[in-house]
Amino acid sequence: MVQDYRLTIRSTSPDPRAEAIHRTAGHLGLICPVGLAVADVLHLRGDLTNEHLEILANALVDSRTQTSSWAIPEGTAVEVCALPGVTDAAAAALLHLSAVLDIPVSAAASGRRYEFPADTGPDVVATLIHRLLSNPVVETWSYGTAQPSLEIETLPVSPATTIDITNLDADELEALSRERGLALDVEELQVIAAHFAELGREPTDVELETLAQTWSEHCAHKTFRATIDLLDGNGLVVDHREPLLDTLRRCTEDIAAPFVRSAFDGNAGVVEFDQGITIALKAETHNHPSAIEPFGGANTGVGGVIRDVLGMAHRPTAITDILCFGPDDLPLDQVPDGALHPSRIADGVIDGVADYGNKIGLPTVAGAVVRHPAYTTNPLVFAGCIGTSRNWQQQRGPHPGDRTVLLGGRTGRDGIRGATFSSLTMDATTGSVAGASVQIGNPITEKLLIDALIGAEHLYSAITDCGAGGLSSAVGEMAEDVGADVELDRVPLKYAGLEAWEIWLSEAQERMVVAVPAESMTELEQRCRRHGVEMTDIGHFTGDGRLIVRHGGTPVVDISTRFLHDGRPRRHLMATVPNPNRVDTERAGVDPSVALLALLAHPNLNSREPILRRYDHEIGGATLGRPIIGIERDAPADAALLAAPADSTGIAIGIGVNPLHGLADPERMGWSVVDEAIRNVVAVGADPDRIALLDNFSFGDPRRLATLGDLVAAVDGCTQAARSFSAPFVSGKDSLNNEYTGPDGHRHAVPPTLVITAVAHVPDLTHRPTPTLQAPDNLIVLTGTTGIHFGGSHLDEVLGQPSDAHGSVPAPDANAPARYRALHACIRAGLVQACHDLAEGGLAVALAEMCIAGRLGVSLSALGHDDAITGLFSESCGRHLIEVSSEHLAQVRALIPESTVLGRVTAEPVMQLPGGTQIELAALVTAHTGRGVQSV
Amino acid sequence: MSAPKAVVIAGPGTNRDPDTAYALERAGADASIRLISDLADDPSALRSASIAVVAGGFSHGDALGAGRLLALDLETALSDHLGAFVDNGGLLLGICNGFQVLTRAGLLPGSLTHNEAGRFVCDWVELDVVPDSVCIWTEGINGPIHSPIAHGEGRWVHDDPTTLAANGHIALRYLGTNPNGSVDGVAGVCDTTGRVLGLMPHPENHVVSRQHPKAGRVDPDAHLGLHLFRNAVERSRG
Repeated sequence: MVQDYRLTIRSTSPDPRAEAIHRTAGHLGLICPVGLAVADVLHLRGDLTNEHLEILANALVDSRTQTSSWAIPEGTAVEVCALPGVTDAAAAALLHLSAVLDIPVSAAASGRRYEFPADTGPDVVATLIHRLLSNPVVETWSYGTAQPSLEIETLPVSPATTIDITNLDADELEALSRERGLALDVEELQVIAAHFAELGREPTDVELETLAQTWSEHCAHKTFRATIDLLDGNGLVVDHREPLLDTLRRCTEDIAAPFVRSAFDGNAGVVEFDQGITIALKAETHNHPSAIEPFGGANTGVGGVIRDVLGMAHRPTAITDILCFGPDDLPLDQVPDGALHPSRIADGVIDGVADYGNKIGLPTVAGAVVRHPAYTTNPLVFAGCIGTSRNWQQQRGPHPGDRTVLLGGRTGRDGIRGATFSSLTMDATTGSVAGASVQIGNPITEKLLIDALIGAEHLYSAITDCGAGGLSSAVGEMAEDVGADVELDRVPLKYAGLEAWEIWLSEAQERMVVAVPAESMTELEQRCRRHGVEMTDIGHFTGDGRLIVRHGGTPVVDISTRFLHDGRPRRHLMATVPNPNRVDTERAGVDPSVALLALLAHPNLNSREPILRRYDHEIGGATLGRPIIGIERDAPADAALLAAPADSTGIAIGIGVNPLHGLADPERMGWSVVDEAIRNVVAVGADPDRIALLDNFSFGDPRRLATLGDLVAAVDGCTQAARSFSAPFVSGKDSLNNEYTGPDGHRHAVPPTLVITAVAHVPDLTHRPTPTLQAPDNLIVLTGTTGIHFGGSHLDEVLGQPSDAHGSVPAPDANAPARYRALHACIRAGLVQACHDLAEGGLAVALAEMCIAGRLGVSLSALGHDDAITGLFSESCGRHLIEVSSEHLAQVRALIPESTVLGRVTAEPVMQLPGGTQIELAALVTAHTGRGVQSV
Repeated sequence: MSAPKAVVIAGPGTNRDPDTAYALERAGADASIRLISDLADDPSALRSASIAVVAGGFSHGDALGAGRLLALDLETALSDHLGAFVDNGGLLLGICNGFQVLTRAGLLPGSLTHNEAGRFVCDWVELDVVPDSVCIWTEGINGPIHSPIAHGEGRWVHDDPTTLAANGHIALRYLGTNPNGSVDGVAGVCDTTGRVLGLMPHPENHVVSRQHPKAGRVDPDAHLGLHLFRNAVERSRG
């Protein structure tokens, strides 16, 4: 008889998950009873004998470390399991295992069981569930025992319906957009209505949803494609601007770097530094999903950007992550309704990045963590990926007659309307209504996709990933020049009962679409079968310029690809230009040692070691420049340096991000973050003339004049810098509407946040400086010029001064490009023993990090500026600290005119500043790592 | 003398198979990567090989416990062939996930479970080579081996590690910090023949000196993980 069974598995030693809950609860100030235990639960359905159960338990339980029971457990407990349709890898594995063992299990699910001491109060349990143990966006929980729905209820599928829009007035169109969550404005809907009026019919729901996805901010970048009127403080138009995307593209075209193979086209940028070897690079945001389901949001963000690189037919090789969170120590009662505590968001996001990167087998090599109160409810998660290829040729298809082939994971009701969701601002109800927008990834499915597709480039004429908008975007974009005719009935589903628009729009993860010439189908099928990748022929590319989507043979979409891609009316927006304070103002009355120790302990500057240890940054054996360096491996590096054991050249990846500069002066921030990313890669040996950039903007609602003005300023700043450095942008992505409407009705925007990723060529691996100080008596040399730049500085941050009150953000340094070339010449000549860029916290922090890395001291007689506090803490652009042996000093000074000897390296573990201030190395290490010193 | 043949055994989610194949090649072997399903269809590659390595990764995503499903695949598809391979003098190595697979499959003693700290950890470790071990892979290696680790379920446990040690089955121990709470700091164990070794660290990611994070302050050549693979290649050449 078919019935349901459950196996409870407990660890015989203390389960580390229980200890983690205690730790986190303590951190959040929640009561967590001693004795809380965690167990795993496996649910299965089948006609099973006692022998079956015994075989299963033997196969599933390690008697040396676990105990198990088929009995229904009793006691005070809460059980959590995934909502129907959410990825449950353990359940899938259980079905696989049962099949191998020939045990008739028809359905499975997995869950967690939290067992509380009997005297635990119901309030304590309820608070822990709500705050820590379960996320209602993807999970369901019950007191006692849970019975997950082992099979998803199949709803009758209704046929596609038509939606009457041709006769609606403006108000009715606006209401329609709101009701269906289309995120289209009235003007856009009027164009759609007119188009269908001309066709003499109403659109189907699938057509309307397809247009909403394709025209969403997320997919169409309406703001970056809008013309803009700039207003002065009195609301008078002072200038007309071309679209921001044109500004970025023109910048790249004017630089005309010979190494750019593909820019702003397709899923990722492509550069060629070494002849015959191309690098694809891309960075993406996954902000809104990470706010409501941090693990799944970050997890699928990483999965998505890896597919972008795969979608340029490059083998993914490394990952980056830049994470912006609210304060870790925010009191619980200050967390707005409907939001998760920043520390829970951070934990989930970091676990999500680690889970995907580690499991798919890519090193996570570079990144940053930024804390600011304005990220509390709207965290930012930037994930980047680079990949490489040999003899890459741009795909020319799809050609008429090519098959439309879907590869990878199955399609479910997950992630529906993600593109429009991310184009709306969030409010207190977002978590509950947007549940379907978030998914949990399956990195192994994506790993198998990579295995099947890399090396199969000759079998397809075009490839793209299924990201935001699902098939509607992937097939819609591929069909842009040719047209396509596809049948939704052929799409393999996770469960029955999906309506046509759900299949077409689902953002189920780990799927790619390829265009395959008919004669290549058999070979691709064989490859896919070998690697366990599901491959489905869903239709073909036609050549008639129409996008036709069928469901059971009946067309549910029949529109011209020209209207789909070019029919959207161009937006016209207005912006007010920011007017930042640019008066150089010194800081007085600062105790250097107190300020330095506070800076080293600041959440933006303290050691990221605890996070980085959770990421595999060693896999591939190519990570020569690691994210944490130094003889105790606890100091920050400038940039990642990748080179496989057999390679003679390397790839450097550097990051620039500084939202405090953004709050004070977005234009100068645009410059400073480009400079920072470039400074970082130059510091590890990259050639300043072979650098490509990625831009990722995360800003608030661009319909607010000031927010768009900030964006315009940031684009101006970063393009001016790119031109100055001749470093072209090759790809970018904007994420706007990063705002949260609180219960108070006020809207909160994130600080203007621009992340620049620099990917650069390292021509020679002989000399690879890091910040690690090498030997006593070597000289410490500052390259570049220090100005009085405290606007948006971290010194102001630790002094508690509002960063935009006074002082200027670091100004562009016109000499920086030439100086970086000279520094590069010094590095290649072997004149540089150690090198570190100066950024947040200025000279003092950079020097302290070099001491920590090398576990050596320094004795300084100069600081590069007459005012000691300016010399120590100003954040002027364009500067590095280098360690040089005295016999090389003359050569270095000849090559780098703007260089100043500050002092020398000492064996004595002390940082000695001019004027007698002395700071023990041990104190620096403790401040930076939060730990005592292990060895000096 | 021709290069001994080596097979890197992979399954869905194995991800350090290319690193392992590179290490074997660098040590002088003729290495190829084979999926378990490939070997099940055609076991001749295993028959003609003298070295086999179950590579690291997250086979089947570690669902239901690290290595459990790949061990099942291995037992179902290759059990007899793998047994014959070892009986005929073949050298078998399981690295990280491969170690987890070989313990689950009963080819190596002990169990691997969640790290004591409860978290995945990536770091570099120093490995003391136990001098009186019967392990062939580590035979004659003097200096500590330096390697990265990258695992969440690397705590090795056993009811009677003392007897195992007395019988020479403990091959490698962590020097200094024990990164995962393994009993007696055990990083690698071998079977009674000494031909089957499992270890959590990744010697395949330390095959050239520049991969060492402290290159410049220590002499990485003395501590290369490559020595393990060279040993196997030398032994296979007879």
